[in-house]
Amino acid sequence: MLDVNGLQKIYGGGEREVEAVRDLTFRLEEGELSCLVGPSGCGKTTLLKCVAGLLRPTAGSVSLAGHAISGPPRDMAVVFQEYGRSLFSWLTVRGNVELPLKEKKLGKGRRDSLVNEALQAVGLADSAESYPWQLSGGMQQRVAIARAIAYEPRVLLMDEPFAAVDAQTRADLEDLIRGLWKRFAMTVLFITHDIDEAVYLGQRVLVLSSSPTVVQDDIAVDLPDERDQLSTRSDQRFTALRSLVYTEIQNAKNGPAAPSPAAP
Amino acid sequence: MTTSPTGAAPPSAAPVDKGERRRSGTRSRPLPGGRSLLGAIGAGCFLLIWEIVPRAGVVSPQYLPPASEVLATLGERLLVPGFWVAVGDTVAGWGLGLAISFVAAVVLGFLVGSVPVLRRFTSSTVEFLRPIPSVALIPLAILMYGTDIQSTLLLVVYASFWQIYIQVLYGVADVDPVAEQTAKSYGLGRLARIRYVVWPSALPYVLTGLRLGAAVALILAVTAQLTIGSPGLGQEISVAQSGGATTLVYALIVATGALGVIVNVGVRMLERRVLHWHTSVRSETAQ
Repeated sequence: MLDVNGLQKIYGGGEREVEAVRDLTFRLEEGELSCLVGPSGCGKTTLLKCVAGLLRPTAGSVSLAGHAISGPPRDMAVVFQEYGRSLFSWLTVRGNVELPLKEKKLGKGRRDSLVNEALQAVGLADSAESYPWQLSGGMQQRVAIARAIAYEPRVLLMDEPFAAVDAQTRADLEDLIRGLWKRFAMTVLFITHDIDEAVYLGQRVLVLSSSPTVVQDDIAVDLPDERDQLSTRSDQRFTALRSLVYTEIQNAKNGPAAPSPAAP
Repeated sequence: MTTSPTGAAPPSAAPVDKGERRRSGTRSRPLPGGRSLLGAIGAGCFLLIWEIVPRAGVVSPQYLPPASEVLATLGERLLVPGFWVAVGDTVAGWGLGLAISFVAAVVLGFLVGSVPVLRRFTSSTVEFLRPIPSVALIPLAILMYGTDIQSTLLLVVYASFWQIYIQVLYGVADVDPVAEQTAKSYGLGRLARIRYVVWPSALPYVLTGLRLGAAVALILAVTAQLTIGSPGLGQEISVAQSGGATTLVYALIVATGALGVIVNVGVRMLERRVLHWHTSVRSETAQ
């Protein structure tokens, strides 16, 4: 479905070159929810921007359903960490969710039903006419998620979306994402620095090495499909997976990159 | 009025920065109407001092007539149709000049601001042209247009253009990269991004530029009438001066001042309406 092949990104040129990402190869299957973790500064955001078509890779390629990505694809939506800057404060909640649909040239009726459905799905049906800055941080990120959902993407990219909200809100939003993923049958790539979050959310956790970045490990999360903040997190298997991911990240930080055999 | 009004824009002029600071500074005020009440008392004291100083003989009433006389003269003037014609001429020169420079500055600012090469290419020229005082162009204006309204327009447009243009350049450069990337990721093309992202982001700067430009435009409109003699309040002042009518000179100066206040209040109201979503305005309404 989504193929990342030998992706490399070098910023700048001449003597001040910075290699953010060296050689990334992985594949996301249709409908998969994968989490991507790695030590800070390992190029997670660079990877996301390359996948989203916002940055041109130096080498390698990204393709979606067999088509190489050269610009932002029509059937992909991105949720950024900085919801306050990603939402347009001059538009209402409804305006924010509707704007991409206008650009898609959808009719008024279709737009309205998509916007209403998306706002309903994130629990913000009553706040459609508010402005984003009148809402709490968690609600603002819900607006950003609603905007992504209404766009009807096949692939949803999320760049540390819950890094700036409090723990309680974060737990709610994690469950929201699991729910939306099942309901709208999307392929989700969720980038985070939080190991617990990665294991709790994902069907699979990709661990990146520290810079120069390669895929350090690819761990299948064999937890039951129905997850629950209390029971899942106290599950022995959860603890074991968490330790595994943690160890991998420590390895990634300490040892010089010891690339594991390429991902499946 | 002989000082250069053109170089007035601070290079780092952020939009509505003054307003923001002042507004947040008033958060602990005791009464909702306290500020305007205090302002009214201040103005009253000012008028009182103005009344007392000439009457007590500190300054000869010949040079500074008491406030009551000046205001009375102004009141008489308000009934004379010729006064309103002069006001109309001044407002016409101001408004037309401001409109021309606003449109030109916004269009050029967006064009140059969104092409970095063009911006760097033009910046040295702009830095040279901008500080030229508009009043230095008076002889040129007279040579070219005589006492026609065009000479007023030349000065007004030149002075206010830079104020707005520089702000537009800052505004276009101040688009949040996250907002920009969000728009791109949702497939908004260049034009759509200008309309839905760049324009609203730049709007606070555009309005700050408009406010600065409007003030400078009024100064230059009056200056042109005063020195070139094209019709308007400035010319009226000049005529009153040559007739030795000191009180009338003061009355007309007060009239131009009032015009300035009206212009400023008007632009502020516009700002508040258009930028109701912006941090500078909404923190005020949230109280």
